[in-house]
Amino acid sequence: MTCNKNKNMINKLTDICNEFNNDPDDLIGILHKAQGEFGYLPKEVQIIIAELIKIPSSKIYGVVTFYSYFTMKAKGKYPISVCMGTACYVKGAEKVLKEFEDKLKIKNGETTPDGKFSMSSLRCVGACGLAPVVSIGEKIYGSVKVEEVEKILSEY
Amino acid sequence: MKKDKQIKLALKNCGSIDPEKIENYIAVDGYKALGTCLGEKGSSEIIDVIKASGLRGRGGGGFPTGEKWEMASKFVADQKYVICNADEGDPGAFMDRSILEGDPHVVLEAMAICGYSIGATEGYIYIRAEYPLAIKRLKMAIDQAKEAGLLGINILGSGFDFDIRLKYGAGAFVCGEETALIASMEGKRGTPVIKPPYPVECGYKGKPTIVNNVETYANIPVIINKGAEWFSSIGTSGSKGTKVFALAGKVKNVGLVEVPMGTTLRELIYDIGGGIINGKKFKAVQSGGPSGGCLTEKHLDTPIDYESLKECGSMMGSGGMIVMDEDDCMVAVAQFYLDFSVEESCGKCVPCREGNHVLYQILNKITHGKGELKDLDKLKAISEVVKSTSLCGLGQTSPNPVLSTLTNFYDEYYDHVVNKKCVSKQCRALVEYKIIEDNCIGCTACKRVCPAEAITGEVKGKHVIDPELCIKCGACIEKCKFNAIIVE
Repeated sequence: MTCNKNKNMINKLTDICNEFNNDPDDLIGILHKAQGEFGYLPKEVQIIIAELIKIPSSKIYGVVTFYSYFTMKAKGKYPISVCMGTACYVKGAEKVLKEFEDKLKIKNGETTPDGKFSMSSLRCVGACGLAPVVSIGEKIYGSVKVEEVEKILSEY
Repeated sequence: MKKDKQIKLALKNCGSIDPEKIENYIAVDGYKALGTCLGEKGSSEIIDVIKASGLRGRGGGGFPTGEKWEMASKFVADQKYVICNADEGDPGAFMDRSILEGDPHVVLEAMAICGYSIGATEGYIYIRAEYPLAIKRLKMAIDQAKEAGLLGINILGSGFDFDIRLKYGAGAFVCGEETALIASMEGKRGTPVIKPPYPVECGYKGKPTIVNNVETYANIPVIINKGAEWFSSIGTSGSKGTKVFALAGKVKNVGLVEVPMGTTLRELIYDIGGGIINGKKFKAVQSGGPSGGCLTEKHLDTPIDYESLKECGSMMGSGGMIVMDEDDCMVAVAQFYLDFSVEESCGKCVPCREGNHVLYQILNKITHGKGELKDLDKLKAISEVVKSTSLCGLGQTSPNPVLSTLTNFYDEYYDHVVNKKCVSKQCRALVEYKIIEDNCIGCTACKRVCPAEAITGEVKGKHVIDPELCIKCGACIEKCKFNAIIVE
């Protein structure tokens, strides 16, 4: 089982790296694709990519941990992101974030034990006219009020 | 929204053409400037026009665009690169996203013109992965332009080749700095390097490279089409043309505005923005994101241009413009921006990595009611060191929110550290919840909701909050129907 899973992973990563001609210059593009495929970038994925594009895995680890878009932790089925950009902040995003944390009983950056939701804050989605903004998966919620948090969660 | 104070150059096609159809762009004189350049102008002629127009970089720094192009054109190399910086990481800003989504071809056309004038055949757009629609439209636009012979091999039969590829960012604010951006494009951690050499000499893959911002490029075709003289007639003596701002925060009309340089902050906030929401009082306006400063009422008649904003302790920045009202605590706002800079500092140089952290700690101490008067001097001294000794633009500007609020809102800092009061009632540790006896009817609603059991009182009797037990969560205020609870 584990072996098959690993083989599958190697095949997919080989395809991805080939798409970028195994060019280390395109490491960030490769990591984007890999994260899109697996949802996150665990150690195994980084080691396989390192072998494919022939650079040290320590360098890949350095890149993965540098950029906030990449994660080594599996996210929930419905990843919740609260925008903490300035416009959202002055319109009360902090309270909205806290309400999500309280309702889900997890802290920012964590995933619920059942793997359903994960919480994160992000910098700015560039939709400042809709502040404060929350995204769950691909869906965007604008002008979110603390009282609406429970209702939003009940949709999932 | 009032239109008459606005002039649209960079945003002229946004919203009026279908960004997914190249025919729409061509119908409004799209690619005409590229045709003119390839057919009638030599590279030095184009650079002269851009120089004469007075266009300066719209990403924040304000470096003259024409001069940058001239420098890159003079270096001899087998390959040169044209990069578009679309890593719009400034929180509260979305000018570049709107241009890329609403008018992607204008950026492609301008990059090709830049490539032709400096002698480059390859262009890259470094774009945030957080902008999926902009990425989709750019890909579409590149394909259409190639099909129409406006990008690729032998453009318009002129013998000039130019191709554009996309590279993605991955959520690092520091990658807006050009040398960090180049490192990121090379698949590395986005850490900046010491300048000089500047990218115009030694940039992507060690070759001469132009890095310009999206909005800068969006101004190029219109300058070529209408001439340098026309463009430089708009704006002030040192800052030509227009600037796009993302107006947000406590203002009635939020959104993108494009105004000629020299427009005052008051015109922007009151005439175009419609003033402050909910009848509150204006307190501050923050421009330039985490690198900028908070300006106050007395700065409202300052004309918006690179020099004037810098003189008041803020900066043009990429165009974020956040309006704050009396409910915003300026110490907490400074802390918010420092939190951002601490998080986004790449960690390479000590002043930025450690200095910003210490600044944040001091601000945190102040907002938690533990500040002392000497902390204010410390804040100022450390800010000056971080500013003057950091490696790149991030650290050189990150103390600006602290310094500008210290200068413009010293009383508020003083109140926090000496009187232990937060006038905006935002700093939880510095406020107290009280029950007004005359208004309290003894319904016990507050007592029942209080999670800390800090409220005592009998039914129909007066209730009291024990400040020692109160955790200041605000639950009682929400429940009270008689306006009997106040925050002081």
